[in-house]
Amino acid sequence: MATPAQVENLRKIAKGIRINILKMLNTAGSGHTGGSLSSVEIMTSLFFSEMRYRANDPCWEGRDHFILSKGHAAPVLYATLAQAEFFAAAELSQLRKLGRSLQGHPSCVSTPGVEVSTGSLGQGLSMALGLALAVRLDQKPSRVYALCGDGEMQEGQIWEAAMAAAHYGVDNLCAIVDNNGLQIDGPVAKIMGIEPLWKKWEDFGWGVQRIDGHNLEEILDALATARQIRGRPAVIIAKTVKGKGVSFFENKVEYHGVAPSAGELKRALKELEG
Amino acid sequence: MNSLKMTPKIVREDCLEKPDPQALRDAYGSTLVKLGEKDRNVVVLDADLSSSTRTSMFAAKFPDRFFNMGLAEQNMMGTAAGLAKGGKIPFASTFAIFASGRAWEQIRQSIAYSRLNVKIVATHGGITVGEDGPSHQTAEDLAIMRVIPGMTLIVPADAVETGQAVEAAYRHQGPVFMRLTRGKFPTVFTEDYEFQIGKGTVVNEGEDLTIFACGLMVYHALQAAKILSEKGISARVVNLSTLKPLDRELIVESAKKTRAVVTAEEHSIIGGLGSAVTEVLSTAFPVPVEMIGVKDSFGTSGQAEELLKYFELEPGDLARAGLRAVERKS
Repeated sequence: MATPAQVENLRKIAKGIRINILKMLNTAGSGHTGGSLSSVEIMTSLFFSEMRYRANDPCWEGRDHFILSKGHAAPVLYATLAQAEFFAAAELSQLRKLGRSLQGHPSCVSTPGVEVSTGSLGQGLSMALGLALAVRLDQKPSRVYALCGDGEMQEGQIWEAAMAAAHYGVDNLCAIVDNNGLQIDGPVAKIMGIEPLWKKWEDFGWGVQRIDGHNLEEILDALATARQIRGRPAVIIAKTVKGKGVSFFENKVEYHGVAPSAGELKRALKELEG
Repeated sequence: MNSLKMTPKIVREDCLEKPDPQALRDAYGSTLVKLGEKDRNVVVLDADLSSSTRTSMFAAKFPDRFFNMGLAEQNMMGTAAGLAKGGKIPFASTFAIFASGRAWEQIRQSIAYSRLNVKIVATHGGITVGEDGPSHQTAEDLAIMRVIPGMTLIVPADAVETGQAVEAAYRHQGPVFMRLTRGKFPTVFTEDYEFQIGKGTVVNEGEDLTIFACGLMVYHALQAAKILSEKGISARVVNLSTLKPLDRELIVESAKKTRAVVTAEEHSIIGGLGSAVTEVLSTAFPVPVEMIGVKDSFGTSGQAEELLKYFELEPGDLARAGLRAVERKS
């Protein structure tokens, strides 16, 4: 159990990450705002409480692995990695710029701390499964985390991976679904329904938990519970709000793939910084 | 004996008289077992075709390092990528059309763009798959693999080269796609042959024409060279088993020497070996080129031998193309 002081510290980190996401997106002039903001507490919990890694040695053998399967949320990954000091925070202002390291979607070739390249949806969970199998073959204690989107659940490959991970009983694998309910063209339920999502995962043989994806205590508890699940993989369905933290972005499908303007950034920072 | 000038030691001098057909996929299976014994990091994945691809040989020996992923090729490629990220050397196998086509974008993003050390060894390439017909044949795989940046693309000519190429793929750091076939191919090479990624091999020396070939077409090219020699034309035959990276030097040197070229492949003339060779020659040293391959069509059911005739991939077709190329010399 995390102490109140630890949770408060995480809350501060989350706020900083949220601010950096908005700033970097505004500077870049394009990118995915809504789905980055909805993942902030999940990413904060993973990188500043749950996972073992060495920022100055990203390929450290004993590390836990993280894969951002919903690659369009690259800004939240970059802001988190910068906060964790995988690279200098100044680099965040170079998002999506020619010749710089922070590609529009995560690239393991150019960015320290990015395990594998993603962006085309549905592929990250399979790679997480492969990593989990490799770790198990080597009898290492490392765990593998994959953050998926809920729209991403429409990709067939997700269910191929879900089937295989349960078949091979990889209990060192934990998937998290950022269940913000919106995708580019509209509400997930309207575009292509995926519910009951928890039941699908359960029927595929996973250990399922359902939580509030912005409640740090709940996230930390769920990650701890996931570690205790034996003989099958774990999935945490995290109910979130797209655009979380900025009132005029929240639950707005329009801000899936649109960066904040200068005026919007100013208003957003005012809300966040109070 | 024949009137050819086949490269001594490395080419079986009686290969035209005694073809000694061997299955490339058998060589793959047995080499995998050898690699598995040597290196615990070698792991193998298959998509419910392990008895056909011969990964079953590895599975029997190393069940804990074999992963049957079921009928889910996209997930198989992604899982292979993850295993490679975790320090393993994964070999992923299924039929060539499913490996290259069904999972193309997984190969592109999860494997190649991520620069992961995955070896895709696809069996049942080309049209000699035979009776199963167009759904299981492929004349497109080389084109769609060749266009992926950083991909190494290998099409062995026989079982000897296959065994060596599998070992070379294992030693190579980076993604590899290797295309094998269902049927048995005549054995061209002796055990003295040394396969090297990116190196073509002159298997027969000649002055008037060069036939660049890969896979089964290497043997057909030797047979064509024999036919041509009876008409007084001497043909150099080059085995271009690595389609990428391509042996540009040997291609240009051969064109300069013989001034006429035939390309031959069990693949569409669009995007494969013929395209690769002409991409080099059209900019570096243009000469008349005749292309032998599947002419922008799907396959069809039939026996392998019948299909080679139907799609004009027989030695006689190569020889006629050779005559046309020589006639076009200015």
